[in-house]
Amino acid sequence: MVSRSAASGSPQTQRQRAVARIDQNAPINFTFDGRSYRGFAGDTLASALLANNVHLVGRSFKYHRPRGIMAAGSEEPNALIRLGKGAYAEPNLRATQIEIFEGLYAESQNRTPSLKFDIGAINSVLDRFFPAGFYYKTFMWPASMWMRYEHVIRHAAGLGKVADDHNDPDRYEKTHAHCDILVAGGGATGLMAALQAAKSGARVILADEQNEFGGWLLGEADIKIADVPALSWVSDIVTELAAMPNVTLLPRTTVFGYLDHNYLTLNERVTDHLPSRPAHLPRQRLWKIRAQQVIIAQGAHERPLVFAGNDLPGVMLAGAVRTYINRYGVCPGQRAIVVCNNDDAYRTALDLHHAGAYVVVTDLRATATGPLMRAVRNAGIEILHGHAIIAAYGTHRVARVEIAPVDDSVTAITGDIDHRDCDLIAMSGGLSPAVHLHSQARGKLQWDDAKLCFRPSATHEPSFNIGACNGSFDLVAGLKEAVRAGTKAAAATGHKATTLDTPDVQIHKQSWRPLAAWKIPNGHASGRGPKAFVDFQNDVTASDVSLAAREGYQSVEHLKRYTTTGMGTDQGKTSNINALAILADALGNEIPAVGTTTFRMPYTPSNIGAIAGRDIGDLFDPVRLTRMDDWHRAHGATFEHVGQWMRAWYFPQDGETMQQAVNREVKAARTTAGLLDASTLGKIDIRGRDAAEFLNRLYTNAWSKLGIGKCRYGLMLKDDGMVMDDGVTTRIGENHFHMTTTTGGAAGVLDWMEEWLQTEWPDLEVYLTSVTEQWAVATLSGPNAGKILQDAGIDFDLSPAEFPFMSMKEGHIGGLAARIFRISFTGELSYEINVAARHGLALWTRLMAAGKAYGITPYGTEAMHVLRAEKGFIIVGQETDGSVTPHDLGMDWIVSKTKPDFIGKRALARHAMEYDDRKQLVGLLCSDPATVIPEGAHAVLDPNQPLPMKMLGQVTSSYFSPNCGRSIAMAMLKGGHALKGQTVFFPMLDGSVLKAEIVDTAFFDPKGARIDG
Amino acid sequence: MLIITCPFCGPRDEVEFACGGEAHIARPLADNKISDADFADYLFMRDNPKGLFLERWRHSAGCRRWFNVARDTVSNEIVEIYPMGSLPAKTAAKTTYKTSWRRDTAAEKAATPSRSKAGGSK
Repeated sequence: MVSRSAASGSPQTQRQRAVARIDQNAPINFTFDGRSYRGFAGDTLASALLANNVHLVGRSFKYHRPRGIMAAGSEEPNALIRLGKGAYAEPNLRATQIEIFEGLYAESQNRTPSLKFDIGAINSVLDRFFPAGFYYKTFMWPASMWMRYEHVIRHAAGLGKVADDHNDPDRYEKTHAHCDILVAGGGATGLMAALQAAKSGARVILADEQNEFGGWLLGEADIKIADVPALSWVSDIVTELAAMPNVTLLPRTTVFGYLDHNYLTLNERVTDHLPSRPAHLPRQRLWKIRAQQVIIAQGAHERPLVFAGNDLPGVMLAGAVRTYINRYGVCPGQRAIVVCNNDDAYRTALDLHHAGAYVVVTDLRATATGPLMRAVRNAGIEILHGHAIIAAYGTHRVARVEIAPVDDSVTAITGDIDHRDCDLIAMSGGLSPAVHLHSQARGKLQWDDAKLCFRPSATHEPSFNIGACNGSFDLVAGLKEAVRAGTKAAAATGHKATTLDTPDVQIHKQSWRPLAAWKIPNGHASGRGPKAFVDFQNDVTASDVSLAAREGYQSVEHLKRYTTTGMGTDQGKTSNINALAILADALGNEIPAVGTTTFRMPYTPSNIGAIAGRDIGDLFDPVRLTRMDDWHRAHGATFEHVGQWMRAWYFPQDGETMQQAVNREVKAARTTAGLLDASTLGKIDIRGRDAAEFLNRLYTNAWSKLGIGKCRYGLMLKDDGMVMDDGVTTRIGENHFHMTTTTGGAAGVLDWMEEWLQTEWPDLEVYLTSVTEQWAVATLSGPNAGKILQDAGIDFDLSPAEFPFMSMKEGHIGGLAARIFRISFTGELSYEINVAARHGLALWTRLMAAGKAYGITPYGTEAMHVLRAEKGFIIVGQETDGSVTPHDLGMDWIVSKTKPDFIGKRALARHAMEYDDRKQLVGLLCSDPATVIPEGAHAVLDPNQPLPMKMLGQVTSSYFSPNCGRSIAMAMLKGGHALKGQTVFFPMLDGSVLKAEIVDTAFFDPKGARIDG
Repeated sequence: MLIITCPFCGPRDEVEFACGGEAHIARPLADNKISDADFADYLFMRDNPKGLFLERWRHSAGCRRWFNVARDTVSNEIVEIYPMGSLPAKTAAKTTYKTSWRRDTAAEKAATPSRSKAGGSK
């Protein structure tokens, strides 16, 4: 019956016959491992390769054994390929799920240099040296070799290779959606449930991972539903659903995550199946759906049987063989042996027979009766009851099997071994419900001793499991569940519809009770003889599982990590139950007592690009710009990120290095005037009857008596006594304050204040408003600052008597209404000029113009840091790290002794605060004035002490100070306050040692003589 | 992702909220005689139960208001949402409150007397 297909010249030797899902008039050319092949529209890469009689498609993970196509869907463990070229390449895709398109380019994985000849396959010969836990056992000693081992392991581990070009050129989108009912899975039961629910008017989303709806029915030939062929019934329902405005159909969409409160994540492959991707469509779309009710209709996965050589190309799951024959018109072999422990595989025998293959059925069960067996027998197919394939052999494809009679429990060979030639084995070990989504939502499982599978039981989420994923393998039972779930889910969302009749189903009656046969004997002791695989993707054999159990890995979670069973991209869809059963057997325990590992998302791997969506590059995080930003850019500023803000870092003039520019800016601020854009400082408007009392409790110092128009510096602690923020707050009116915070701390401080107001002191009447972005701030600093302000047109008297340090006045500068604060972060005469944000740029340019005659110099954050360090002013988050008290900073003066309470007061009185080895803030002068000690360098008292050295603490700020004419630094050192005058050492990475003297932190103008200009 | 019903804005996704940790930890008054160890019960010790947990949440990307939530940490079921400064009304949540080890601590007794009666609001 082997026939040439319609496309002339195509060597699709295994294409059997015309089937509805394949368009033989639409040939498609594709490339696999450098060779050109032809398939048809409707093919997957797997079906097209099988049509071309290609079974060998990859090498295995550990032993580099030849592997073929085992399944026909998302559970495929073996046929992982790398799709596409260059930046478009994507590894580890399942050939069984890739729809082919013209020009498709695919490569096999895990082979060097070629698929047919792979040097890694030596691992298979050396398998005695690769037992379970091989890496753990081998690469332990000596510890000093670990770095080198790691390189070897990293090279050996992993599956496919990611794209060489890491800039993914594709576009991905995200969609958020709500619905009344989400149906996961569009097979027979999913469709039925969706229809029942949709008829009620409820908003329904139906998603299925395949390119068309119908689930397993797409791979069946002989089923009728409602007196029509099953797929006609399917297409009628799909047509009806598609016409309903309350229904969204999502084919090619995998529900891969089920999170709390019915929040589900779906990956829609929008254009992956197209030869070229239209510009207006994303490649994939991530759906985030909140559903009131969820109906899970995920179906079931067929289990392999564990016999020696069960991983050879040409050994396939029986249901998959049926799918290739009926859906794709491809018969994967001509001499087939069906081996099974259940009735269902007999349907594969029939379909193989009708496709023209020679078939033998090897049934592990001693007896099996029913209409299916009768049909098989009547077709003249040989059935061997109580027999098993005890070993399969072949090089790149199965060629020969050993068949032997076995005892009732399939633990011993009871007779002579018979040899048969074959090119296909269709195996079936029963069905495992796909409980993944149910389990992701932390639903419980129960063991069904009759059907030999885990089924869903209790769940916290409002959801239903129906059909095969609920262990209801019988189609009629599944459809009944679907109608029931559709009705109930609709009712729960307030919708009602007449209950649909469950349609009649014509299908061979069969039993769903397989025989428990987890490991087929091969006449050898465990660990000897040819390998029988449990987990194909991770190359875990039955003897690996037994060995792990003998070595004490008795918990299923330990077994998983030790042997890697159930890991990898298929997450053990085909292997989990077999591994559990073999572990249970080795432990002499029952399967439910051994339990299962946790199913976690994703159900199938999801592209990271889809998860990132558009939130990449410039759209990764918002950027905040000040109103003067345009000016900074026009004047060549270099920028740094401070939280989300972009702040001018320094303003290099032609040819200047950073150090030269910063030196010039720092000098200018002390010799004439500097101008800083301080708009990013956090600003909080505080009003209300109890505003002063609130500040009293919030800051460590006293606020009640602060006069109107006066400013005060404050330190804020957490309730554990540690410094969390600082800033200057000004009394605008009796019950009105203006607070400034650090740039990075603004949002956190506002939250902090709200928390205390709302949760601890709700009796206080205080209202907080963030006004950071309402004000633009220019800080004018330096001896000429007052003159420049005059020239810029200030409308009030600036004399220190009228406008003293630490006060605020409202007035106008060249007509711009302004709040001017006489506060200083440089130690110079300094004005922080606040204007309405929209006037920010006008203010800046006016000040620059007025200051031109004086050599006004714009400076950035780096110069700001140097200027404050010259004065010994701290920066919260640089000198402090959440473990520093005011005392540690030498700032006892700011902590009130008389206030009854403030946040952190009680904690400061803790005994532990008195330890004299707390790290304390000190100044450092390096013995070489030209050397700037690196920030983060660790100090020791004796650089010659043996390793590990006793470390005193670390440098927190370190700069070259042009105004001091030397390097300066600050550090947090253990007991630092008592060490003043002593020398400490800094051993460097290059072996050199820096030396510094411990001094006060005020390096420049320690008496503060320059504050009035 | 949880759905949390903000008492002021209605049901919203969890991403709009920030969890503020355990609820009903009364803050000892500043002038108290409790030991550092007792004070640590307030300052550092936090419960992490399997089951019903009374915790504080803030609608940080919404109205910025704080409120209390009784949440089952196993199922993530939200049993009750109730205002700051009040105690839960549902029986299970009430029991959780009453049986907390905190009710016997010196730290709680050293909190404002009036607040301690209300069970503390923070």
